[in-house]
Amino acid sequence: MFGKLTINAIPWDQPIPLIAGAAVGVALLALFTWVVVKGHLPYLWREWITSVDHKRIGVMYVLLGLVMLLRGFIDAVMMRTQQAVAFHAPGYLPPHHYNQIFSAHGTIMIFFAAMPIIIGLMNFSVPLQLGVRDVAFPTLNSTGFWLTATGALLVNVSLVVGEFAQTGWLPYPPLAELPYSPGVGVDYYLWALLISGVGTMMTGVNFVTTILKVRAPGMSYMRMSMFCWTALASNLLIVAAFPILTATLIMLALDRYLGFHFFTNDGGGAMSLFVNLIWTWGHPETYILVLPAFGIFSEVFSTFSGKPLFGYRSMVIASLGICLISYCVWLHHFFTMGAGADVNAVFGIASSVIAVVTGVKIFNWLFTMYGGRIRYQTPMLWSLAFVVTFVLGGMTGVLLAVPPADFSLHESLFLVAHFHNVIIGGVVFGCFAGVVYWFPKAFGFRLHEGWGKAAFWCTLIGFYVTFFPLYAAGLLGMTRRLQHYEVAEWRPWILAAVVGVAFSAVGMLCQIIQLVVSIRDRAQLRDTTGDPWDGRSLEWATCSPPPAFNFAFLPDVKGEEPYWAMKQRAIETQHLAAAGEYQAIEMPKNSATGFMTAFFATVIGFGMIWHIWWMVGAGLVGAYAGVVWFAWRDEDEYAVPASEVQRIDGERRRAREELLARNANVSGAA
Amino acid sequence: MTRPRSSIDAPLWAKGRTLSFAIAAVSGGVLDPRGPIAADNAQILVNALAIMLAIVVPTLIATFVFAWWFRASNKKAIYRPDWAYSGRLELIVWGIPLLVILFLSGVTWIGAHDLDPARPLAGETKPVEIQVVSLDWKWLFIYPEEGVASVNEVALPTDRPAHFSLTSATVMNSFFVPQLGSMIATMNGMVTQLNLKADRPGDYYGLSAQFSGRGFSDMHFVLRALAPESFAQWMADARKSKAPLDEGAYLTLARAQTTSPTQFYGSVDQTLFEKIAARRLTSEAGPVSPPSQAME
Repeated sequence: MFGKLTINAIPWDQPIPLIAGAAVGVALLALFTWVVVKGHLPYLWREWITSVDHKRIGVMYVLLGLVMLLRGFIDAVMMRTQQAVAFHAPGYLPPHHYNQIFSAHGTIMIFFAAMPIIIGLMNFSVPLQLGVRDVAFPTLNSTGFWLTATGALLVNVSLVVGEFAQTGWLPYPPLAELPYSPGVGVDYYLWALLISGVGTMMTGVNFVTTILKVRAPGMSYMRMSMFCWTALASNLLIVAAFPILTATLIMLALDRYLGFHFFTNDGGGAMSLFVNLIWTWGHPETYILVLPAFGIFSEVFSTFSGKPLFGYRSMVIASLGICLISYCVWLHHFFTMGAGADVNAVFGIASSVIAVVTGVKIFNWLFTMYGGRIRYQTPMLWSLAFVVTFVLGGMTGVLLAVPPADFSLHESLFLVAHFHNVIIGGVVFGCFAGVVYWFPKAFGFRLHEGWGKAAFWCTLIGFYVTFFPLYAAGLLGMTRRLQHYEVAEWRPWILAAVVGVAFSAVGMLCQIIQLVVSIRDRAQLRDTTGDPWDGRSLEWATCSPPPAFNFAFLPDVKGEEPYWAMKQRAIETQHLAAAGEYQAIEMPKNSATGFMTAFFATVIGFGMIWHIWWMVGAGLVGAYAGVVWFAWRDEDEYAVPASEVQRIDGERRRAREELLARNANVSGAA
Repeated sequence: MTRPRSSIDAPLWAKGRTLSFAIAAVSGGVLDPRGPIAADNAQILVNALAIMLAIVVPTLIATFVFAWWFRASNKKAIYRPDWAYSGRLELIVWGIPLLVILFLSGVTWIGAHDLDPARPLAGETKPVEIQVVSLDWKWLFIYPEEGVASVNEVALPTDRPAHFSLTSATVMNSFFVPQLGSMIATMNGMVTQLNLKADRPGDYYGLSAQFSGRGFSDMHFVLRALAPESFAQWMADARKSKAPLDEGAYLTLARAQTTSPTQFYGSVDQTLFEKIAARRLTSEAGPVSPPSQAME
């Protein structure tokens, strides 16, 4: 009846997951009760869960990502503290638990923290920056989000029902094959990623289509903001790379479920095939994450320096260059598998070539600051810290791209320090910069600057104090994923890293306080103008938060930085451009399709993991019925009446006129 | 079904801990090389770092100078709100990274060929042949020419290079002695090649660099670099061991899902390594089914 699932699947003998699981369970129950009792459920269902508005979906993605970031960070704290005490000692986490933690840490951070935040920011900002009302496929967008949430849910369920993979964040066979991993851990991994991978693929298709086909009148490619360009590059990579991931994981699933021999030791399987395939996805994946972050930094550098981005065309070429070259470097993840000198050399050189195009970007950001009037608000601090940190991380990356150097450093803590250096310094700093930058646009009030700066400094110090000692430990020959160790020379560096984690934890706390304080003080932090940072791209042309239809009139784009041009014209003439005749606007209707599909996907995934075949069948029927029901719909749009459009846009124009008058007085006085 | 596995962890890592006291572990790391390969790896690391610092340091300085000078409160800084393109600067922006990477590519190409793990070391002395098998979770070393074998301890003479042929009886591992240089993967059904040499006598820490499961953290060994006469003595001592390494002894060793104390075998089935590598002799029924909770 319940396949492999028994009451013993719950880890009764392990207090840590039990207590953590119980605490989360109680918190969720309390939250749900509060929502129901206060009568917020219909609002949540109508305005968020079934919403197909790209802004709402973007916000939900970011929220999911931030919660998972916290979960992944707790894993990190456990790993670092375990290594701190496990010198000549077993520590407090037995291998069974420790191995799950580092596997879950990597999986969660990449797939369910970094990806959702990055995709969320693209969701929120790309249509606004393109000057349009929505993405190409709004319901697909919602489905993509909810499938990602399914994946995150399954990974977290594994904490208290069964176990997670103990194979590392990439389940290398033969370790991940049935003889060596007989439990459900790898199956949790497989189904979480197969389901969320479909969601990511939908996002990729949606955004490539949106950026190529859905742009405001006059928004030619070479007038798009840099963030839209990097989003395009990133989504092209998603479309090309995620099918490889899905296919590879399906092959592994076939090995595990149906006795196939793709990657097994016996029957002619080739584990090296898995390693090649997973990294042909895995290397582009790092650029899927970092390219949009590059886009965010480009926006921030330009906005807070009060200048256009330097070398726009070079930046476009560099982004697309990274997009292409990232496909030609995957073998540098396994130089030590003995591929031979020619192969290693070619892939080593290809990897260093990425440093050229990335170097171009770094220089262009520097020259964007040159001649600027730099305002040091939180997004700019993150961006500046990114340049310094990323240059150092890029440097250690090029070292690892030289095969003989990699022969001494591969799979060591030096490698761990390197990729955290680029992922935290690049992607995480980019996410934080993006969240602070677009927060007032999304919610209509800014985040508290003081707490934002406190979070910034703690996180920055925490990063350096954690990971630079790990570089040293790696140079001393310490490899990754050690549950305990006996080499005395490594110990001081591991202890230093714990101090760094403490700083990072304070940083996390500051972020949470920042959010709470900002919500409490939202009246003072209110953004009445819609343009809190003196912005340059189109999202700042509408009000904060933007209406469902984004723009009353689609902007008529006449050059790069269209909003900056509009603003300058208004300042010169002391008048806003005249409004046209307001018309009703058709917007896509809410749909429960995404949520229902994800619900049934969760059922399918859980059934597959525990071999509960009737549950899988029921889930498949439900998911298919949902799609048919959606396909049968008669109406998929509703109209916002012209009067409503006029009212909302009228308010926006009043705020803008006030701003214009205020600025005129200021410059008059000066 | 899966849960009881955790219960067998406790004895395992407790065992690993007591064992490790016997092995005095010292690791000077990759920047304290004790052999030519490690020295060259370290040298290439330092060279590549120096080449990149030549561009990274000025970039970082420029970052801080620009960021400081062009702060909004600095009234002396000239504001150029429309300056966004300069052909000459674009040339520098593309040119400098390109030149650095071109140079570094040369280093990479030459280094990858000179230091290819499969490439025999220069010199006319015949290398010591050593066959390596990674097991769950220990290392088996076979000296086919001398006819001895050892577990978790391997010896090299300091006057001759060593040629390693490596495979894995189970999952992938990576053979790594930080102070001697280049690591190489060990894979089931495949044989990888590695050439190393130790310059100075000493005990060097060796470990698996590739995560391989539950007992991975105990999967370390000692590499003893010995003066020629001490090496001969080590061989003679190992040969005194009565235990032969035949198929039966190998399977017993391979199926024990733990690390192992240092052991020696005085005689060896000469075809054993070939049989393991060709999968004609396999230990895997996978890990034995987990014992019940009774262990506690």
